[in-house]
Amino acid sequence: MDKFTTHTGVGVPLKRSNVDTDQIIPAVYLKRVTRSGFEDGLFAAWRNDPEFILNQDVYKAGTVLVAGPDFGTGSSREHAVWALQNYGFKVVLSARFADIFRGNSGKAGLLTGQVDEKVVQRLWDYLDDNPGGEITVDLESQTVSTADGSVTDSFDVDPYTKWRLLNGLDDISLTLGNEADIAAFEGTRPTWKPVTQHA
Amino acid sequence: MGKTLSEKVWDEHVVRSTAGEPDLLYIDLHLIHEVTSPQAFDGLRLTGRKVRRPDLTLATEDHNVPTLDWDKPIADPVSRTQVETLRKNAEEFGVRLHPLGDVNQGIVHVVGPQLGLTQPGMTIVCGDSHTSTHGAFGAIAFGIGTSEVEHVLATQTLPQAKPKTMAVTVNGSLPAGVTAKDLILTLISKTGTGGGQGYIVEYRGEAIRALSMEGRMTICNMSIEWGAKAGLIAPDETTFAYIEGKPEAPKGADWDAAVEHWKTLVTDEDAVFDEEIVLDAAEITPFVTWGTNPGQGAPLGANVPNPADFAEEQDRVAAEKALAYMGLEAGTPLREVKVDTVFIGSCTNGRIEDLRLAAETIKGHKVADGTRLLVVPGSVKVRLQAQEEGLDKVFIEAGAEWRGAGCSMCLGMNPDTLEPGERSASTSNRNFEGRQGKGGRTHLVSVPVAAATAVRGTLSAPADLAPANA
Repeated sequence: MDKFTTHTGVGVPLKRSNVDTDQIIPAVYLKRVTRSGFEDGLFAAWRNDPEFILNQDVYKAGTVLVAGPDFGTGSSREHAVWALQNYGFKVVLSARFADIFRGNSGKAGLLTGQVDEKVVQRLWDYLDDNPGGEITVDLESQTVSTADGSVTDSFDVDPYTKWRLLNGLDDISLTLGNEADIAAFEGTRPTWKPVTQHA
Repeated sequence: MGKTLSEKVWDEHVVRSTAGEPDLLYIDLHLIHEVTSPQAFDGLRLTGRKVRRPDLTLATEDHNVPTLDWDKPIADPVSRTQVETLRKNAEEFGVRLHPLGDVNQGIVHVVGPQLGLTQPGMTIVCGDSHTSTHGAFGAIAFGIGTSEVEHVLATQTLPQAKPKTMAVTVNGSLPAGVTAKDLILTLISKTGTGGGQGYIVEYRGEAIRALSMEGRMTICNMSIEWGAKAGLIAPDETTFAYIEGKPEAPKGADWDAAVEHWKTLVTDEDAVFDEEIVLDAAEITPFVTWGTNPGQGAPLGANVPNPADFAEEQDRVAAEKALAYMGLEAGTPLREVKVDTVFIGSCTNGRIEDLRLAAETIKGHKVADGTRLLVVPGSVKVRLQAQEEGLDKVFIEAGAEWRGAGCSMCLGMNPDTLEPGERSASTSNRNFEGRQGKGGRTHLVSVPVAAATAVRGTLSAPADLAPANA
């Protein structure tokens, strides 16, 4: 997992609340056998609408999603996070996230920053006035700001997830940090324990 | 204070324990199949990691495979892609695979025990919720998600919070004709589908001790259906006799050392469980489900319940919805419910003893007009054993379809599915809406009930059958 310290990128206003994971990535896309390539299924139903935000040229390169409250509800599918990341998103900002989605995001390296509802509105106002405008998200100081300085505010992220993102540690990296313990344990396993392959 | 069986097994596998963090648990055996593993392997590829212990990993193809024409390419493109991906991944990462057509292919939870890889005191995981099956040997075995599959592949460990412990004690003996399946369905109807949430359950008592390994696997298999993290049974002479001589069982001095250790895997006299349930085996009768979750069941001799009789509002609403989906009228005797398809198989009831029981019931009878009977062995080895014993002839003469090994009609992921509105009596584990095919209606039953139902065409027990033609 890549380290996340600070990120500046095109903000995308998603002016909807209760965006559930079926809307983020419909079930029909779950039959894939890879972890990549889910960007074509991201918000699949909405992308049929030419007016949808990601169909507007200035937002196509978006990396910071600014969404309404209760983002990521519903099914626990990890594919929702993969789809956002595959598309290019590094950060989602919302006033409230569903627990499972937020947990899955942290594990995969997608930053979910919780901001006040008023901040979401001001970011939307900024993007309305400056389509394609950039937003900077600084994880160390937990601040979000716009290129023109019209918004500078703080966001919440739990300290454990913050530490992991700053250090680029996914679950597997964390466990492999204890490699010596694992190897020591393996040295104590009885010889009669079964194996699936014989030398 | 002493320890329970599950605490002993857990403690033997803790690699690292830190206050405020989940224990890091070592995994003795990781079972893999085609549906939940592709993204895990892809994750390894994307991060440049390898499988830490291919020698503690075993793959088989089961969920998607057809049970007819298994020597031809799989017709469904998605299923074919998943199976081919598993083959590529097994090759690339050095994992032992038993593919379709191999003599050791079969349902992952049938294959592990039959190879002798499932042994007492182990930790076993698989990206499948019915991994709890392996608890029958006194192992801690549970299902995991795809990210966890990747974690185990890369590290052979899993961070896990220690669950609470529960004992289910079943005193007395099961009446003749009543099986482990009836016992577990009865238990789930009492606890509901969430009653075991957060617990590792130890099944114990006289009735459990009297069960064969197949029966114990049926019980542990359905632990997940009442929400338990895992279910297990202390190993004893029945367990050791089952394992001895299996291909991957310890041999010689290793066998003696293993058995000596396995004998310590019992709950200490002074150990305390966080929760305890007691059942009387003598009161259990053939049991079937009438609803759309495994907790919605009743004795075969009862009637379809009236939703109005449920005390809790949410149970009443759930029963109304279930009866509407199932197309059942309250008050109808369950024995009068007509069944279109009978499915005998799955990781719950697809082992050799199950097929013997089915054949015993069905021998000399014919499958009822308008009913079809599918008999699907849990593995190729089970199929071959059944053929050696002539069980296949009994089924075929009765008018049943004798199929190849796989998960088959347990879950609508392969060609064996129900049509909308079609009603089944099924020896599998889940009667959820659409589980066996969109609009399909499932009654979970034991093997003898399934076989008798196939003969009479309505939900029945062997005692309902007229004497067979000799």
